[in-house]
Amino acid sequence: MNLNFLSPICNLKTKTESVNMNEYSIIMEHLVKKYPDVKAVDDLSLQVSKGELFGLLGPNGAGKTTTINILCGLLKPTSGSAVVGGYGVQKEPAKVKELIGVCPQDTPLYPYLTGKENAEFFGNLQGMPKDKLKNNVNTLLQKLYLLDDSKRRAGKYSGGMKRRLNLVIALVHDPEIAFLDEPTVGMDPQSRHAVWGFIRDLKKNGKTVILTTHYIEEAEALCDRVGIIDHGKLIALGAPTDLMREYNSKNLEDVFIQLTGRKIREET
Amino acid sequence: MNFQRISALVKKDLKHMVREPALLFLILLFPVVLTLAFGFSFGAIGGAQQTTFQIGVVNANEDGLYPQYAQNFIANITSTEILIIQTYTDNQTAQSDLVQGKVQALLLIPADFGASCNAFQTAPNSPEQWINTTVSLYIDSGSMIATQAVPPMIQQVLATTIYEDQQAASPRPIQIGSPSLVEVTKQTLFDYMAPGLFAYASIFLTMTVAQSFTTDRENGLLRRINITPTTATEFMASKAFSNMIIAVAQAILIFAMAYAVGYRPDVGLGSVLFAFVIVLVFSLCNVGFGLITATIAKSSGAATGLSFLFILPQMFLGTFVGAALSSVAQTAGRFVPSYYVTDALTSLLLRKAPVTSPTVLLDLLVVSFLSVAVLALGILLFRKYGKAQ
Repeated sequence: MNLNFLSPICNLKTKTESVNMNEYSIIMEHLVKKYPDVKAVDDLSLQVSKGELFGLLGPNGAGKTTTINILCGLLKPTSGSAVVGGYGVQKEPAKVKELIGVCPQDTPLYPYLTGKENAEFFGNLQGMPKDKLKNNVNTLLQKLYLLDDSKRRAGKYSGGMKRRLNLVIALVHDPEIAFLDEPTVGMDPQSRHAVWGFIRDLKKNGKTVILTTHYIEEAEALCDRVGIIDHGKLIALGAPTDLMREYNSKNLEDVFIQLTGRKIREET
Repeated sequence: MNFQRISALVKKDLKHMVREPALLFLILLFPVVLTLAFGFSFGAIGGAQQTTFQIGVVNANEDGLYPQYAQNFIANITSTEILIIQTYTDNQTAQSDLVQGKVQALLLIPADFGASCNAFQTAPNSPEQWINTTVSLYIDSGSMIATQAVPPMIQQVLATTIYEDQQAASPRPIQIGSPSLVEVTKQTLFDYMAPGLFAYASIFLTMTVAQSFTTDRENGLLRRINITPTTATEFMASKAFSNMIIAVAQAILIFAMAYAVGYRPDVGLGSVLFAFVIVLVFSLCNVGFGLITATIAKSSGAATGLSFLFILPQMFLGTFVGAALSSVAQTAGRFVPSYYVTDALTSLLLRKAPVTSPTVLLDLLVVSFLSVAVLALGILLFRKYGKAQ
């Protein structure tokens, strides 16, 4: 792993001196993203350990997706820095892209390609060897109950099937770090639980997973730790049980209410 | 450059073309249908029918110097067997007949026509000694077929009359687009239109490329590809490759359809293959225009409309459609890439110019330069302003 990235990154020196780089998959330091009318990410600093399933919890518009977009190199932060898999996101975006898999909130699929072709296409863009790609595609399609429909065009899939295929594409190249942006939005309970099982398997296999969600039960059920974000700011950080204990709450929704006076799902 | 990525992107684009009915129609079926329709309308299918036009001729050079040139010109027009000559002694009567539809076009040969031809023949390499003159052509604007078909034929016969064999080696005829002699007899109108049809079909790649980019952008697919290690160079190279493949497929289909309806260019395989190369290079230009359109357009719907900003000038000023336009419009045609494609293909397939003829090579050079420039500009603009809309 290339650690030479550290020196040129601003605002990182003092923290990284006390941080063991081998321990963390993701480090964010004073990350800020400003738009003319809003500050989408406001001085966000946190670390995600290797193999950790970390949840970014917050209402719509809290800055979760913006944070993910910065971490995968799609957005340039206004200030601050981020390191993913040991590489500075701004300095070595190509290296970062080789390590990550991203499941976006919407479902960008080629409607005229079959489910299998979509997965193979993105696997080829990741430069995967043919045999491994074929094997991974079949395994993932089977795990997410899409194998029987793999030869149908993705444009004909139901919303839930598109979401599951979205996840297959994100993970087809077996990435070290997975960013899953609201992966279960709009899914029926059965599909959602299938995806939860799949996400748990990722953790079992040692992958680092960043999961953004505004489903309280999803964060509680899956995440080792959660960071609660509101208006771009990190307002709480810890294991779900620890947070509930600390705020004397029966769930994370109550924690959020105590912190902000609002419900997570009410704000749009 | 990673060829696995480029190959995957190209295959995806080709599957898109084959599987999306609207795209398939626009890219392949439309040119095929157009070729068949033109072939049936203007071609001599089975050698049976041939359209003719009544052309009025007023020869003011009849009693002037060197009248044999005007006589040859008229004889050459007659020998096309498409243009039927009706001679007039005065302009007024001829104009009157044209207005009444008795003739579909009127040709006025000036009094100094013979002197002009003779001056050129005497000193073909000394432009300062030439006598410039103008042959006026009036066409019945109500006859769409005549407006499209007559001007290129007259121009062709004029070139044959003035330049004769010596011009095959001279660069001067490039100025009027007639580098070598063409035997116009027994040729159909379709023979004159076919070269422009090849350019015509390729022009529509602008629309399909613009639609493809804007749709992928709207659906978040460009962002998704941007998250993979695929570089911008690989992505753009794949677009160029896939559209070059499509352009060649178009050219082969058009040629096959044209052949099916009786089109028989009297040239070797080398000339036909070279024509395909020119179309191939031209496809890059249309990819560039597509990218520029995608940069400007906010949505795929807007891209369809905006693409006509590039399609229409190229179509009207640079293909077979433009032959009937005014001299001003024809001059404007020199600013659109399709003009040079049509001119090169006409030289190769109709005028039987060799692939090494200066006209063809100059046209290819201009098309190549414009294609690379437009593509580079398209890539630059799209990367800077188009990706994130």
